[in-house]
Amino acid sequence: MPVYEVFRQERKGQAFQHAGSIPAPDAAFAEAWAREQYGRRGESVALWLVPRDAIHEVEDFPDEFDLKYRRVDGYSIKSRLKEARERAGTAAPGDR
Amino acid sequence: MDEQEFLEYVQAGGQVEVGDWMPDDYRSRLVKFVEMHAGSELMGVLPEREWILRAPTLQRKLALTAKVQDEVGHAQLLYRVVEDLGKPRESSLDDLLSGKAKFHNVFHYATASWGDVGVIAWLVDAAAIVSQKALLKSSYAPYARIMKKICWEESFHILHGRDVVLAMVTGTEGQRELVQEAVNRWWPPLMQFHGNPIPRDDDPMYVWRIKSQGNEEARQQFLEGYVPQVRELGLELPDPKLRRRDDGVWEYTEPDWDELRHVVTGHGPMSEQRLDLRRLARANSAWATQLLLAEAA
Repeated sequence: MPVYEVFRQERKGQAFQHAGSIPAPDAAFAEAWAREQYGRRGESVALWLVPRDAIHEVEDFPDEFDLKYRRVDGYSIKSRLKEARERAGTAAPGDR
Repeated sequence: MDEQEFLEYVQAGGQVEVGDWMPDDYRSRLVKFVEMHAGSELMGVLPEREWILRAPTLQRKLALTAKVQDEVGHAQLLYRVVEDLGKPRESSLDDLLSGKAKFHNVFHYATASWGDVGVIAWLVDAAAIVSQKALLKSSYAPYARIMKKICWEESFHILHGRDVVLAMVTGTEGQRELVQEAVNRWWPPLMQFHGNPIPRDDDPMYVWRIKSQGNEEARQQFLEGYVPQVRELGLELPDPKLRRRDDGVWEYTEPDWDELRHVVTGHGPMSEQRLDLRRLARANSAWATQLLLAEAA
């Protein structure tokens, strides 16, 4: 039996979130079932039913070259900022 | 990742997805745990179903029917999780109906009056939601995700149950008595519900972080939350030892663990009758299952 992954959107504009999955012979059956499971009380404004086979999953993100300059943890400004303030003769905001 | 690394990963709060590698022991315990949860949802509607035709008003009948639909829906979501772990739904149902798979103790008892329906929806669901909220943090992510929906719906059920109880305790003396009798009947099974107080680090389900709290923690949380709510209605709880110590820990009479074992192994007052009804329902709907499976093949 094919499996449909269900993503639901709680309010318009929000991201769709994975909610579960349902087995169904076809999309019409999957829709009927998903409406019952995820839409009965108005808890969703939209559903995406995606055949599991259609999902192309990527879950390895090698970082061989340590590309830290692309992330906030690649920048440690504390000591430079201190030096810059000393040269300018200004104190850190907390010390004023 | 080896078994030790996996253990450290889940104990540090790590979560596992369906396609991830997992130790065999983790998988088999997870299957057993979720299957028991699923079976409990499916069997748990039978005591309530008995009252749909006898509900006192149309509104109560509709509310109870909706609750039954919710619980069966929970069973479907949970069996789906089990299926993805490698055990087909038909095998899970086989094991439930043959008595090999267990379901919660509270669903093995008879319902004597409409008072029981209120007490079940309020207090049995309250006891269940304590455990279920802790499952929102389960190390198995697909299980944790469906718990969001399940907990959300259970909160309606508790309110519905509390409303039924409130209607009865503000009614006639006879109605009030029905509630008190139901509380007396359900209290011992409720105190057994969270299981014997084994230290959580000796509980493999906790060690693997399939669940995120120990049995006694869950029971204490239930008592802390609900004893005051029962007592404020002037209802009595049938345990003379029940009291809250100054340090916040609830003391109570030791629950009958032999009864719990006896009941969950299929020897409860209604175990066989309810399983028979479930067998009949499965036989009656076999044609639909066959049709769907044939269509999918």
